[in-house]
Amino acid sequence: MIALPLLLPLGFAILNVLAWKSPRAQRVLTLVGAALQTGAAFWLLGRVRAEGILHLPIGNWPAPFGIVLTADLFSAIMLAVSAVVGLAAALYSQGGMDERRVRYGYYPLFFFLLTGVNGAFLAGDLFNLYVWFEVMLMASFVLIALGGERPQVEGAIKYVILNLLASTLFLSAVGLLYNLCGTLNLADLARRIPALEAGGEVTLIAVLFLVAFGIKSAIFPLFFWLPASYHTPPVTITALFSGLLTKVGVYALYRVFTLLFASDAAYLPTLLLVLAGFTMTTGVLGAAAQMDFRRLLSFHIVSQIGYLLMGLGLFSPAALAAGIYFMVHVILAKTALFFVAGIVRQTEGSYNLKELGSLYARRPGLALLFLLPALSLAGLPPLSGFFAKLALVLAGFDLRSYAIVGVGLGVSLLTLYSMTKVWNEVFWKERKEAGAAPLRPVSAWMWAATLGLAAVSVAAGLLAGPLLDLSAQAAAQLADPSLYIQAVLGGAP
Amino acid sequence: MLTSQLTWLVLTLAGGVLFAAFAPLLRRRAERLAAPLLALLPLAVFVQLLAALPAVQMGETAQARFDWVPALGLSLTFTLDGLGLAMGLLIAGIGALVILYGGAYLHGHPSLGRFYAVVLLFMTAMLGIALSGNALLLFVFWELTSITSFLLIGFEHERPGARAAAWQALLVTGGGGLALMAGFALLAVITGSFEMNVWAARAAEIAVHPLAPAAFLLILGGAATKSAQFPFHFWLPNAMEAPTPVSAYLHSATMVKAGVFLLARLFPVLGGLPLWTPALTTLGLLTLVGASLLALAQTDLKRLLAYTTVSALGMLVFLLGLGTPLALKTAALFLVTHALYKGALFLSAGSVDHGTGTRDIARLGGIGRAMPFTAAAAGLAALSMAGLPPLLGFIAKELVYETTLEAAAPLLLTGLTLVANAATVVVAVWVGWRPFWGRPGDDHLHPHEGTPGLWGPPLLLALLGLALGLFPALTGDGLIAPMTAAIVGQSVKVKLALWHGLTPMLGLSALTLLLGVGLAALRRVVQPRIAAFWRALAPLGPANLYHRFVHGLLSLASWQTAVLQNGYLRVYALVIVLTTAALAGLTIVLKDVTLTLSPWQPPRFYDFILVGVILTAAFLVTRSRSRVATIALLGSIGFSIAVIFLLYSAPDLAMVQFAIETLTVILFVLVLYKLPKFSRLSSTPTRIADVFFALTGGLLMTLIMLLVSRHASDASAAAYYAANSLSQANGRNIVNVILVDFRGLDTLGEITVLAIAAIGVFSLIRLGGKPGRKQRAVPKGGRTK
Repeated sequence: MIALPLLLPLGFAILNVLAWKSPRAQRVLTLVGAALQTGAAFWLLGRVRAEGILHLPIGNWPAPFGIVLTADLFSAIMLAVSAVVGLAAALYSQGGMDERRVRYGYYPLFFFLLTGVNGAFLAGDLFNLYVWFEVMLMASFVLIALGGERPQVEGAIKYVILNLLASTLFLSAVGLLYNLCGTLNLADLARRIPALEAGGEVTLIAVLFLVAFGIKSAIFPLFFWLPASYHTPPVTITALFSGLLTKVGVYALYRVFTLLFASDAAYLPTLLLVLAGFTMTTGVLGAAAQMDFRRLLSFHIVSQIGYLLMGLGLFSPAALAAGIYFMVHVILAKTALFFVAGIVRQTEGSYNLKELGSLYARRPGLALLFLLPALSLAGLPPLSGFFAKLALVLAGFDLRSYAIVGVGLGVSLLTLYSMTKVWNEVFWKERKEAGAAPLRPVSAWMWAATLGLAAVSVAAGLLAGPLLDLSAQAAAQLADPSLYIQAVLGGAP
Repeated sequence: MLTSQLTWLVLTLAGGVLFAAFAPLLRRRAERLAAPLLALLPLAVFVQLLAALPAVQMGETAQARFDWVPALGLSLTFTLDGLGLAMGLLIAGIGALVILYGGAYLHGHPSLGRFYAVVLLFMTAMLGIALSGNALLLFVFWELTSITSFLLIGFEHERPGARAAAWQALLVTGGGGLALMAGFALLAVITGSFEMNVWAARAAEIAVHPLAPAAFLLILGGAATKSAQFPFHFWLPNAMEAPTPVSAYLHSATMVKAGVFLLARLFPVLGGLPLWTPALTTLGLLTLVGASLLALAQTDLKRLLAYTTVSALGMLVFLLGLGTPLALKTAALFLVTHALYKGALFLSAGSVDHGTGTRDIARLGGIGRAMPFTAAAAGLAALSMAGLPPLLGFIAKELVYETTLEAAAPLLLTGLTLVANAATVVVAVWVGWRPFWGRPGDDHLHPHEGTPGLWGPPLLLALLGLALGLFPALTGDGLIAPMTAAIVGQSVKVKLALWHGLTPMLGLSALTLLLGVGLAALRRVVQPRIAAFWRALAPLGPANLYHRFVHGLLSLASWQTAVLQNGYLRVYALVIVLTTAALAGLTIVLKDVTLTLSPWQPPRFYDFILVGVILTAAFLVTRSRSRVATIALLGSIGFSIAVIFLLYSAPDLAMVQFAIETLTVILFVLVLYKLPKFSRLSSTPTRIADVFFALTGGLLMTLIMLLVSRHASDASAAAYYAANSLSQANGRNIVNVILVDFRGLDTLGEITVLAIAAIGVFSLIRLGGKPGRKQRAVPKGGRTK
């Protein structure tokens, strides 16, 4: 039953709505739900690995006429990583989410968001993908605005308007593609598009998808909504977003550009690489200019998306594999960093780098919890970021794409710069009014979630061998659309 | 046999990492025992390496290999040969002494436990570099030494200077690290492997590959930053912010030698490149001479030592660059010699600092009587540094002159080396003699000798330099020959001796000493002039360029962020629309998409009416100054579109559109009186520009529609729905069946969206702060669907 990763969060969202009056029941439900979802995701990953691409026609209407859910290795990996992040966020929420927001639907929205995310990963149909994007958008919008603080509302407005623009473009592109092909099923589209005579028009539609998903995944020059909104809600929500939202956009880019628009081997990949270079650079420079912990991390999300785009733009199986591994790496490391920022805020009462300090002496454990994912993000060995970047570099060199590799490495140094800037300011520097503010206690849940996620992140580096093999298998499926087509529609492609 | 020894060594190191993790705990529990206990780890490594020495002297090498990340070519390949073994002996031996010394030097420091842990971690990483047979594995350890160095330079992190120095060192070596990684990756592209013995075996193939020069220069970039070669040398003197044991260990004896070590390691691979000798000798000579002259301007003991360390590193790179067997042998000997005397001098400088509270050579003097052991250690080491017999430094210096005299441009090279060596002698006098036996510049020093932990380690290192010098044949055969053999790639004979007879080298040695001692005596005259010279040059120096680069980058970052992330939603939306238009336009041009319109159907009169209504209303909306009028105009556009749906045979769609438009207008009217007063915020030019942008967006979508609709498909799905709606799904209304059955999952999703919206509206109203804010939340929550 491959719909389980979709049905579980939806079911638990509904259960949480039913338990609206009882935050205590919601907390328990959330932990159970997130754990079950993680189990289901890993179970699905195991099955897909063993049996190949799986699909499920909903309502037993045969593809391509009904909607199918499809899970290939890439989907399954994304589901598994998202589930891990979801579980960690569920734990973190127990201590990191205030009572007011819990009383007003935080947990139901949490699961609705996961429903949308998982639905997007499983969608085997272009319009269905759109629907899950809408679920995600609506849930994330309410989560940003939940609490109604003024900056939140302002951030939420920018978030929702720019993302609606993306939805509009997405929907237009879906409509245009339907007009060309008469189908919405991804496998069917993949089969029909190469046979079309209108190559230029298809590329034009691909560009529309690029912009639509580009907004969703916050690439240059479309990323404005992210730095404008991510620092406004409580950090638990930001952490969850950083691990999931933009990554679904990137997932969609990987999906449509490998499955539907792979025939254009020169123009689109070049375009992607150019955008990748700018995304990396502008993001990291944006981060260098920040003195707010969360804003700095938010700009780094943008920068890291550039690397994911680079994997897609290079477009060889090795590069796609590198991109997939990079995605796993960055989801874990980034979310862990936001968790750390939340703990810092909890104990010190600030996100402002200028006000913080002295935490290396006072909280050595926290310092280590920051340092590991931060250095991983900067690409230092033997952490996951190193392997991710190395894999991209090797793939780039193999294709003689020296320029993008150079940009990637340069940005890597700037990432190291801003991660160590945080280290210097938050952990090393002496806090100005030391002793004035006694340490506030941090909930054990938050520690557990952060520790757990950091450990998973470190493990992703130490287990780079098997994980890269898995990514390579997933990339091999992406690189050969006929596997997908055959799995969904049967028979010869 | 050797292989099992190597395996045990690697296991010891792996255990050592765990051991290091417990160092803070151990220190808390047993302050006194911690240092000796922790020094057991380096000692164990040292003993193991010594045990392996005889086999290596016989020409054996060992390799142990385990897979790690085969997909990237990264395996845990450990190699033990003469070069790695000698480095390992230095790392482990000095490491043990530094742990003992550090325990005394930082006695009572609150972070002493962390110091032990990071030093042990560093030592493990450094030994990893010495033993790696896989370039990527070496790189992993390489970066680990950069990070541990960062943590140790910033050990006293409350001081801004220490933080800045740590940061600078990390960024410079980190940048070099990235170059190194790229260089390794290029070699892997050429050979398909990261195993360095594979590279060596295919050196001939590499030498002629077009990518080889790039790979070499990138690797050189990594080595040059790590080993503080010009113009990257500036981080090393700044790194003297670190506690002295760290400076002694990382920034003179071991870590900064990693770059040199790497070049030696890769000599069999890259030594054949035409670029090798010119690049390395130029780089090395610049660093050698420049740094030795820079050293003369310093008055701080540690900075004096740091600049001469840079100069010594330049010497090593220069010798490797020459690449003759004699030069390589000299490099090997000089590496060991320098590590011993410089380690000893740094540690004694720390003792002096500890005993007097200053490191300023202008203030220091005459403390030898109060600190006899430190004085002995520093004196012996300085003698080696100055190159006096019977110390190891003498033999090394003789060999250096022998090498330069044999080289291609003997006069130039020997002259430059002489200048640098004379400057080294000056520094040796200033750090090894003057503070202890010179005239004191300050009478309030109150020098006192520290605990044995503070003078024992430097004395031991200095004595080792003496012992190795006294038995030159043993040193040559036992240590230097295997080292050189590993660099060259074949076994070599190394005959070292203190006395060669009256040779030109001896004369040069004497001349060096004379010049050096003479200059050293004239410190008060010489030093201010040299300092003034360098001060005048400082604006052009790389340290200044580094600062300007960082500042420039930060200004660029701030400017760029202020421009891009400017906070205006309308600008964001505009950029997105224009980006879409630009990318689509680019695609249309580049992909050569041409629009050929199919023959038009003659428009009917009601087409004109509808289009007219829509266009007029759209135009008037932009001019409207009243909300009611705006809503009414927008409503009329919506209803006209609904009529178009109706006319083009989509009645159900028209129904939906009518319903939505009606509801929207009603809702708008309902909230209308709660909205703030209508005001126009944009200036007229902006509004005109906006019209243009809006037209661009609209025309673009129209164009794409026209382009794509030429290729409309056969719409097979519609036929299937029509055929199966009643028979399979028992529904007569096809649209309904599609919504609830064929594509039921979409509807489930949309229902979910509505449910979320409902929660959102409810929660935003309830959780919103002031009443005014609540009202705004309503249309926002409701708008999304």
